[in-house]
Amino acid sequence: MMTLIIKRAAMAVPSLIGVVIVTFLLTRMLPGDPAAYFAGPAATPQAIQEVRVKLGLDKPMIQQFGRYVVDLAHGNLGTSLTTGQSVVAELRTRLPASAELTLLGLLVSVAIAVPLGILAATRPNSLLDHACRIISTAGVSLPVFFTGLILIYVFYYLLGWAPAPLGRLDVFYTAPPQVTGFYLIDSLIAGDPETFTAALKQLILPALTLGVFSLAPIARMTRASMLAVLSSDFIRTARANGLSSWTVIITYAFRNAMLPVITTLGMVFSFLLGANVLVEKVFAWPGIGSYAVEALLASDFAPVQGFVLTMAVMYVVLNLMIDIVYGLIDPRVRVET
Amino acid sequence: MTTAPALRVEDLSVEFRTRSGIVRALENVSFSVGKGETIALVGESGSGKSVSAYAVMGILDPAGRVTNGRALMGDIDLLTASPRQLAEIRGRQIAMIFQNPRTALNPIRPVGRQIADVLIRHGKLPAREAALRAVDMLRAVGITDPGRRALAYPFEMSGGMCQRVMIAIALAARPSLLIADEPTTGLDVTTQAVIMDLIADLASELGMATIFITHDLALASQRATRIVVMHAGLVVENAPTQDLFAQPRHPYTAELIAATPDSATSLDELAAIPGSLPDLRRSDLPPCRYSERCPRKIGTCAQPLPQVAFGTEHVVACWNPIPAPVPLKRAIGAA
Amino acid sequence: MTEIAAARPRESPVAALFRHSRHVLTQNPVTAFAFGLFLLILLAAVFGPYIVPYDPLASDTTQALKPPNAQHWFGTDQLGRDVFSRVISATRLDFFIAVASVALVFLMGGLAGVAAGFFGGWTDRIVGRVADTIMAFPLFVLAMGIVAALGNTVQNIVLATAIVNFPLYARIARAEANVRRDAGFVEAARLSGNADWRILVGQILPNVLPILVVQMSLTMGYAILNAAGLSFIGLGVRPPTPEWGIMVAEGAAFMVSGQWWNAFFPGAALMVAVFCFNLLGDGLRDIVDPRRRT
Repeated sequence: MMTLIIKRAAMAVPSLIGVVIVTFLLTRMLPGDPAAYFAGPAATPQAIQEVRVKLGLDKPMIQQFGRYVVDLAHGNLGTSLTTGQSVVAELRTRLPASAELTLLGLLVSVAIAVPLGILAATRPNSLLDHACRIISTAGVSLPVFFTGLILIYVFYYLLGWAPAPLGRLDVFYTAPPQVTGFYLIDSLIAGDPETFTAALKQLILPALTLGVFSLAPIARMTRASMLAVLSSDFIRTARANGLSSWTVIITYAFRNAMLPVITTLGMVFSFLLGANVLVEKVFAWPGIGSYAVEALLASDFAPVQGFVLTMAVMYVVLNLMIDIVYGLIDPRVRVET
Repeated sequence: MTTAPALRVEDLSVEFRTRSGIVRALENVSFSVGKGETIALVGESGSGKSVSAYAVMGILDPAGRVTNGRALMGDIDLLTASPRQLAEIRGRQIAMIFQNPRTALNPIRPVGRQIADVLIRHGKLPAREAALRAVDMLRAVGITDPGRRALAYPFEMSGGMCQRVMIAIALAARPSLLIADEPTTGLDVTTQAVIMDLIADLASELGMATIFITHDLALASQRATRIVVMHAGLVVENAPTQDLFAQPRHPYTAELIAATPDSATSLDELAAIPGSLPDLRRSDLPPCRYSERCPRKIGTCAQPLPQVAFGTEHVVACWNPIPAPVPLKRAIGAA
Repeated sequence: MTEIAAARPRESPVAALFRHSRHVLTQNPVTAFAFGLFLLILLAAVFGPYIVPYDPLASDTTQALKPPNAQHWFGTDQLGRDVFSRVISATRLDFFIAVASVALVFLMGGLAGVAAGFFGGWTDRIVGRVADTIMAFPLFVLAMGIVAALGNTVQNIVLATAIVNFPLYARIARAEANVRRDAGFVEAARLSGNADWRILVGQILPNVLPILVVQMSLTMGYAILNAAGLSFIGLGVRPPTPEWGIMVAEGAAFMVSGQWWNAFFPGAALMVAVFCFNLLGDGLRDIVDPRRRT
């Protein structure tokens, strides 16, 4: 078991190296003078020169790269021009907001898509099956920011059910004392049900938006995988042995069908991390996505670099975790060299 | 038969809807198995032997439909029984084992759990007791170190062992009838013999009736007391094993016997059966589906088939059965 | 029993393709619908700017934020511009981005992939490494990074989209090239003295095209969403150029206070276009390889 984890972790290392190299190149291969980017649009030529020396941009590439890696190792991602704060500190503060939103969105998505896929597979060519297919195709075609806006329009403006899309908490509430950074969890830990409800209310629409966005690939993969598994030999054996419908469909079929769905989750995460940025803009969510966008618009370059790096590392780690979970479920994988 | 048979199939007809038409896979198939009796359904691939079993068990492909017939187990007709009744019967009174045992088992579930699932379902045992009984079952089918093996996965076991596990699962609820669909195909010869012995021993121990489905006539002759020969979805001959080999009446049976290799003869004497199965989608299928390649075809063969009896036990569906005596190319010793 | 099939006059592969396509289209009304919609979008892209009732850039603040009415079918935006005209005019830009991205990624990914599959060895390894590195990033984030680094122009959006989709095309092309590497016609071409590169471009790439065509249709939809997403966060096309994504961004603030038409119609146009390309992709898959239907 441990060997599996170590082996998979080792396979992630080249990806991480690649990510570090690419983010380095992205900032050094800019057209024009990289120092000007980091100094900001309002900088004087002197200021630019100072920045150039300070960041070592006048040194040869190899040296720059070495320094970049050393900085990374020390957790130094530079300083934001607009806020003056260290990029790492800001990212750390804002990460839980994005994580809470993304995880909830994924949860919503899976909670709808998986049962939908299972039902569609057990009733092929029924109305439900066609509905599932249409929802999937439509879901893939909707721009995520558009979905968000429509949801706001319907549920906030027209129906008044949802609160104004102004961030994680309404102005009247204060954040619960920080334990995990997840408002839902922290408010429960602090024994504060009102804050919990308030946080939840603000989370619903953006999480739903992300959920609708990632619904399609999960539903589609669940349906296809279930269809394939349901026609396999061992399901026929299970049926012949008189096992109950639930046992056949869930314990036998679904657990096997889940495997490709789990691998799909990796791809879904990639989309979600990107969609996160857009959803944060629509709902004024103080996460790392909106941090990066604000920095971009202000031509503040260090945060953008830090953001891309963080996202990529998160993605590599997430994929690693998915691989490991897959290995936990499928014993055949543990044996392969 | 004075006692009621374990299973009686009457006039079973099955068709499949496919893209290229309706396939009439079974036409008025009838046979029965007595309590504790062992019979064999024999025929080449595509003869409908497996389909008959699947229809009886209610696990036909969704494209398949039973269009006629009954499958009586006691008073209950399996083909029209309610799902609740079937749930009690399937796996408990009738059990089935399949070929390709490794793919027929759940690949990501330990084999002990798979046996326990059946015990919990039919024996209504609590989980812990079911787990212990599962180990007992593994021991009963001859698996060494059953306690450790119960935690193993199918991919960690040989084909023979997987087949033993399938037998353990099938017999866990002590059924009165076992259907074995090509249980030894794909296993090496030594393992084949061992598995067949195992099934025979367990059957006699449990007083269980057995239906072997096989294309191997020699295998059938060694284990079954009665053989039902099928061709292209029809039962062509039904006789006790000895009678069948001593005096085959249907031309197809005779060809089958002649084509069966025997260790004593050389390959040169192996006769191939001329022709091939007719296309079962045709709307102009003749009543006798063998007639188009039959060497004994006569004018009457275009008529719907009769059931000709030779004595009380031997029935043939043929207008021109082989008269006695027939010199066989070799003598095949019957069990 | 077996009838001898009536001898058909030998038809060219193109005619066979047409016949097969027509068969699939009549069998599958959804695909036919998608084709029709595609033509409509194409027409809007080509002729749109000439036939719209108002100048998409002309602002008239007295008419700002009027809901849909007889003079302005889709209403007006905050600068009094006619939303309908802007939506139709934007078709050209978005369609262009889609087509350009797809053409670029086909050339880049397709060539790299067939080279990798055909030559193997170091070529294969390098292409694989590049693809893996790209895939290590969440795709939209990488696109953001590229456009941020290189600048907000349409060309860079197209380039970013192409880069981000590169691994997928390279992989498909490589697999196909691998299969065909030893095929008969390749041997024949080699024997008649063709250089490897010629074989690649002249023989293998055209054979890989049908399979990639399905993916290209889906990528067109993705390219539009990508461009719209980038524009939405300010990284794409700049105002006042009409582009669906920017229009949604500009209209977003108004949606919250009830003026929905500003953001709704461009968003709906986005959805219709992407939906069309996805359906088309599915339909093309049926034409090209019916076995792969999901």
